[in-house]
Amino acid sequence: MLNIGGISEGFVLDHIEAGKSMSIYKYLKLDKLDCCVAIIKNARSNKMGKKDIIKVECSIDLLNLDILGFIDHTITINIIKDDMIVEKKTLSLPKEIKNVIACKNPRCITSIEQELDQIFTLTDEKKEIYRCKYCEEKYSGNKA
Amino acid sequence: MRHLMSPLDFSVAELDWILHLANDIEKNPTKYEAACRGKKLATLFYEPSTRTRLSFESAMMNLGGNVLGFSSADSSSAAKGESVSDTIRMISCYADICAMRHPKEGAPMVASLKSSIPVINAGDGGHQHPTQTLTDLLTIRSLKGQLDNLTIGLCGDLKFGRTVHSLIHALVRYPKIKFVLISPEELRLPDYIREDVLDSTNTEYKEVERLEDTMSELDLLYMTRVQKERFFNEEDYVRMKDFYILDKQKMTLAKPDMLVLHPLPRVNEISVEVDNDPRAAYFKQVQYGVYVRMALILTLLEVTVC
Repeated sequence: MLNIGGISEGFVLDHIEAGKSMSIYKYLKLDKLDCCVAIIKNARSNKMGKKDIIKVECSIDLLNLDILGFIDHTITINIIKDDMIVEKKTLSLPKEIKNVIACKNPRCITSIEQELDQIFTLTDEKKEIYRCKYCEEKYSGNKA
Repeated sequence: MRHLMSPLDFSVAELDWILHLANDIEKNPTKYEAACRGKKLATLFYEPSTRTRLSFESAMMNLGGNVLGFSSADSSSAAKGESVSDTIRMISCYADICAMRHPKEGAPMVASLKSSIPVINAGDGGHQHPTQTLTDLLTIRSLKGQLDNLTIGLCGDLKFGRTVHSLIHALVRYPKIKFVLISPEELRLPDYIREDVLDSTNTEYKEVERLEDTMSELDLLYMTRVQKERFFNEEDYVRMKDFYILDKQKMTLAKPDMLVLHPLPRVNEISVEVDNDPRAAYFKQVQYGVYVRMALILTLLEVTVC
């Protein structure tokens, strides 16, 4: 079994669906951080069978929880201080997301005015449906 | 300050007030003839429109106001590459209220976010056309005396027809509304309207392909044109355009008090021989469009007439 050392200060993204960690790494722009980041793929999990884990040695304030909630709100976040888990955060679906995904409707105003923010709003929490704020087209792409 | 992007921007009570005001305008036009003296309406039409633009201009003139604007993107700064956001900031300095039609969906919404004057969506691509919906609601209420307890046939292009989408959104808020959706397979109502609007509100509806099979049960038949400009493929348009033609013979199957509505312009979908049938209400609908736009302008400008 592979052993990855713990972190003394930072956060751990746990219960990531197996195979999604690299997409999350990209969406959260973790490559831009000047700190230690560990990605663990296909870790054993009693609950999920297999899961991915991301460990990041920096402040949670640098993390956009809305993006993470949009990608997968079942991920849990453990906040680490002095080698201890001091807080467990759960995520919810954000009401609005800005400049994370782009509208694919060729008739949408964002297709010609590219300086506009790409804003999607949650219109159906149960079905997890997001729609473009401008043209109301449903986002149908993959989240991660 | 309020804008109008979708018919759902107004509550049922607010809509009732606007329709009530429109009926008062119809009965007492002289009372309102100077209500907007000194005010200016800008009509920003980035794509061709006869009815909607002239209806807005007529409405503002009837209220004693003035109009300015453009009627195609070619004759505006859009041809030079100006954004909607910049155009509306400029127009906000020239006018008190504006009506915008744009081929791109959501363009009036972008304008409303940057505007310091009320913006009315006068049609954005295949998305929304709220003032047509207000027109339809006023026509139905004035001629039927009610907006509830009706069986409404929607016929033709239900896929790209924004007037149909907006009307469904507005009518599901009234009790005992039943829809009969009459269209060819390729032009059926999009899933997002069927699921998110009809199913989620438990509104009764059925989908049929033949108009003749359902005529006798309708209180209202809303005909639509198959719009050439919404098709990417000419061949598909040619195949669909004459799928439905309402003629005298089909009208014999209808109830004696059934109304025929159409947002116009029509091409072949209603034969001219139907025009003289007392149930043909589509030209009255045009007149109601002016009254309801007058009521809307007064409401958004917060002008009260005693």
